[in-house]
Amino acid sequence: MTERAQHGRPYTAAEMMIVASSRQLEGERVCFVGVGPPNIACNLAKRTVAPDLELVYESGVFGAVPARLPLSIGDPTLVTGAALVANQFELFAYYLQAGLIDVGFLGASQIDRYGNINTTVIGGYDTPKVRLPGSGGACEIAINAKKVFVIMPQSNRTFVERIDFITSPGHRDGKRPPGWGGGPSVVVTNLAVYRFAESAGEMEVASLHPGVSLDHVRENTAWDIRVAVTLEQTPPPTEDELRLIREELDPEGVYTR
Amino acid sequence: MASGDKVTSMQEAVAELVSDGDTVAIEGFTHLICFAAGHEIIRQRKRDLTLCRLTPDVIYDQMIAGGVAKKLVFSWLGNPGVGSLHAVRRRVEGKEGNPLELEEYSHFGMICRYVAGAADLPFFPIRSYAESDLPKANPRIVPIESPYGGESIYAVPPLNPNVAIVHAQRADVNGDTQIWGVLGCQKEAAFAADRVIVVVEELVDEPVIRRDPNRTVIPGMIVDAVVVEPRACHPSYAQGYYDRDNRFYLDWEAISRDPASLEAWLKEWVFDLGSHGEYVEKVGQERWAALTPKESWSDPVNYGEYT
Repeated sequence: MTERAQHGRPYTAAEMMIVASSRQLEGERVCFVGVGPPNIACNLAKRTVAPDLELVYESGVFGAVPARLPLSIGDPTLVTGAALVANQFELFAYYLQAGLIDVGFLGASQIDRYGNINTTVIGGYDTPKVRLPGSGGACEIAINAKKVFVIMPQSNRTFVERIDFITSPGHRDGKRPPGWGGGPSVVVTNLAVYRFAESAGEMEVASLHPGVSLDHVRENTAWDIRVAVTLEQTPPPTEDELRLIREELDPEGVYTR
Repeated sequence: MASGDKVTSMQEAVAELVSDGDTVAIEGFTHLICFAAGHEIIRQRKRDLTLCRLTPDVIYDQMIAGGVAKKLVFSWLGNPGVGSLHAVRRRVEGKEGNPLELEEYSHFGMICRYVAGAADLPFFPIRSYAESDLPKANPRIVPIESPYGGESIYAVPPLNPNVAIVHAQRADVNGDTQIWGVLGCQKEAAFAADRVIVVVEELVDEPVIRRDPNRTVIPGMIVDAVVVEPRACHPSYAQGYYDRDNRFYLDWEAISRDPASLEAWLKEWVFDLGSHGEYVEKVGQERWAALTPKESWSDPVNYGEYT
């Protein structure tokens, strides 16, 4: 999966996933940031394709300018220099529920073709094989953000026909209840970028990362995945993107090696 | 509620205000999580508590391993930025001890439960949960129609803990409490609770509070005890005082994965220590120095004098 960048050591699948996610933020304004890879992607976008991006964290921080990579979504570096710190009721009610958030980032342990997401449990709810963290703010982000971007590793155990628990609702059959945000619009994995066909609300492969074949994608998807009319190639990370990740955003490679 | 000096020790506050079977909320979102209170509750071997928190975090993993809880009310169950809470998972996945009863919401659902509790409302309406399986897993999340027609939303019930424990940067002897940085939902949890313990980095004179009343989050009127316990949030943090000890959060993954090492940790860091003061000493000066941030002061504001 790794390819050589123009210079320096090869980039990793995780770096490709983060870079591809950050590019999706071009032109976006207000972004609800999650910890880990979404956090790096959003901070990378702010330094590249979306300099005016306002970073909003569910801890209540609006307009954060973190001086270091935050260790959590409530890291003190988010507060120092921020535009505003709200309490969590205000953050979720006035900012998220009322529709001020353009993009919400979510991770997922399982996703289906309609972008329904499970982060609660593998197995039955009362007899879990694996107990996952649960919703956190994901359920309300999925419902209320204008767009939802999903970042997750892909395999036929994560891209499944039927998820074990719907934590955060997607498109169902292309219909979203009135008053809701637009739902999942992009899914970025270690293999490809996916979008949702507007008519059916169903995921389709939009862009393959370098070195990834359509067969590879199909092997790692448990349903018969749709393919966009124009299937693109994800450009590899640029030198500048890699430098920012490696020197500024994740110098210890916690999320990117 | 007695007026005047509410200052007491952690040992006394927990002994007097936390009882077996109580519903307890130690709130604080990443920031200001009062680990010292959790440790004291473990040390005093409280039992059958219902523990409430948006993010149970390492503190409730420790408390549940310490045997104090029968039930957990929560919205995100993990070691933030690191991984799992293994002591909780062993109980939930049926691998250890009695099953732990769970009552699960989303973050906004939990926050609105405290809001309803604080405002003495029978429920709070929110837009979350439609098309999600959460209402199936938790029948207390209920669909309702707007009384003004047209909209179907969800209701969550009030959460009124018997005790809320809130850590803050500073308070005075009356319990007027000031917090800055990430505010979480401590104010809502405190107003929703029957009893409130405030734990502070610093006890300040009343005029210090009164010179900056906008920063006061919790009024002394609802506070039962003020405990002065610096560095009580470690490995969590207090804005401007000390950073999160991320190494501890990373180390916890291995400690809590193995029941024997978790038991040994509780013995070494909780049961064998008499107080949080001993814990602070044991953490060591070198680590405290590494966790101390450089200063970054806000500018004073002019409230004006109106005579």
